[in-house]
Amino acid sequence: MFRQLLVLLFSVFLVSSAFAQEQPAPTPDRSATGGAQTLEDILARQRGEEIDNGFRSDATGNPEGAADLSGQLGTLGGVSDAEMWRGLRFNEADVTASNNGPGATILVQDGGMRWLTFREGPLATYGSYLLLATLGALLLFFLARGRIRIDGEKTGRRIERFKAIERFGHWLLAGSFILLGITGLISLLGRKLLIPAFGHESFAFIAGASKWVHNNVSWAFIVGLVMIFVMWVLHNLPDRTDVKWLLKGGGIFTKSHPPAKKFNAGQKLIFWSVIILGGSIAASGLALLFPFELNMFAATFAKMNSFGISGILGLGELPTELSPHEEMQFAQLWHAIVSFILMAIILAHIYIGSVGMEGAYDAMGSGQVEEQWAREHHSLWVDEVKAKEGNAPEGATPAE
Amino acid sequence: MKSMLAAFVVIALIAVGANLILGNAGFSSQERSTSAAVRLDN
Repeated sequence: MFRQLLVLLFSVFLVSSAFAQEQPAPTPDRSATGGAQTLEDILARQRGEEIDNGFRSDATGNPEGAADLSGQLGTLGGVSDAEMWRGLRFNEADVTASNNGPGATILVQDGGMRWLTFREGPLATYGSYLLLATLGALLLFFLARGRIRIDGEKTGRRIERFKAIERFGHWLLAGSFILLGITGLISLLGRKLLIPAFGHESFAFIAGASKWVHNNVSWAFIVGLVMIFVMWVLHNLPDRTDVKWLLKGGGIFTKSHPPAKKFNAGQKLIFWSVIILGGSIAASGLALLFPFELNMFAATFAKMNSFGISGILGLGELPTELSPHEEMQFAQLWHAIVSFILMAIILAHIYIGSVGMEGAYDAMGSGQVEEQWAREHHSLWVDEVKAKEGNAPEGATPAE
Repeated sequence: MKSMLAAFVVIALIAVGANLILGNAGFSSQERSTSAAVRLDN
């Protein structure tokens, strides 16, 4: 009897537990997943519970159940994936980015390839040829003409040609320009020339240091440029003596000495090259130093188009709507092209101011030049200095 | 010669000074090109 009672109780337990398992689970709240399965669904399946998969099996493309087109999870509607990518390609897509700046939302920029191929190709190649050709021409000139000597007998007397502040300004500009030139060439040509020679790791360090120097020394160049302009602009205004000087070729080939004031026409050309080309390099350099802040090229191109300059130069109609990246790319190309031209000019200037001409370096070294040198190369200036000395009040002592 | 050496020293000083000033004035490329949602230093 007792055993029968136990069997009955056990059967009731089994039936009730089986009945309990067949009870449908309450429909979980799936609003957090937008109707997709929740963590609770997954856990229930792992517990072996029967899941009503209707919420998934019925959601296989029913337009009635789709998210609203304008909703965050909405489909592309009538727009295809290809059209979305075209939107990115042509900068028409509505892109949001977590980084700032006008360049951040432009994901595809096709001007970049034109820039890259020009920078690695013609710019690097012809720029290097220009510098090498300049060095070659200077070497040939040195071999043909030799060092330009002081023709007359040296007097032993010295004239102050440049004051300390003038020499300081010159060397501020010169020192920074040489550093900027070398580091600029490393930035442009380093990948091609230095990586094969020193390897990637060494070049990474050189390139990083070079970039730091280039970015920060630029300010010294700008200060030097302003100093030189303010101190020397009045002496570099063109006048009639320049025409005579130029007609005689500066006397370089004829071994004559056409009269000149403080600066001869050749030096004036160097001065204005430095001011105009250096100023342009500084402006494009600032545009590169503060990316996307100083966009100059679209406006310049528009002016060139309207004045017909681009047509005269055979460039056709220049683009007047540029992406922020293209502005930077044009700034970089212009910066490098003008720098190559100025580097070539400055190589000639360094030559004639050092090994090329006896007595020339003293002007920027000690500031005191041999009177005979000054008479040969700057006769009108020597007359001015002597006239001033003659007019000095009696008892005046030279400032030492 | 002194002017030349002085100019070279000033070039170095300007370079270091410019780097410090621009870095502290919020002109580093990191600060200029990231929003609050970007955490590069954390």
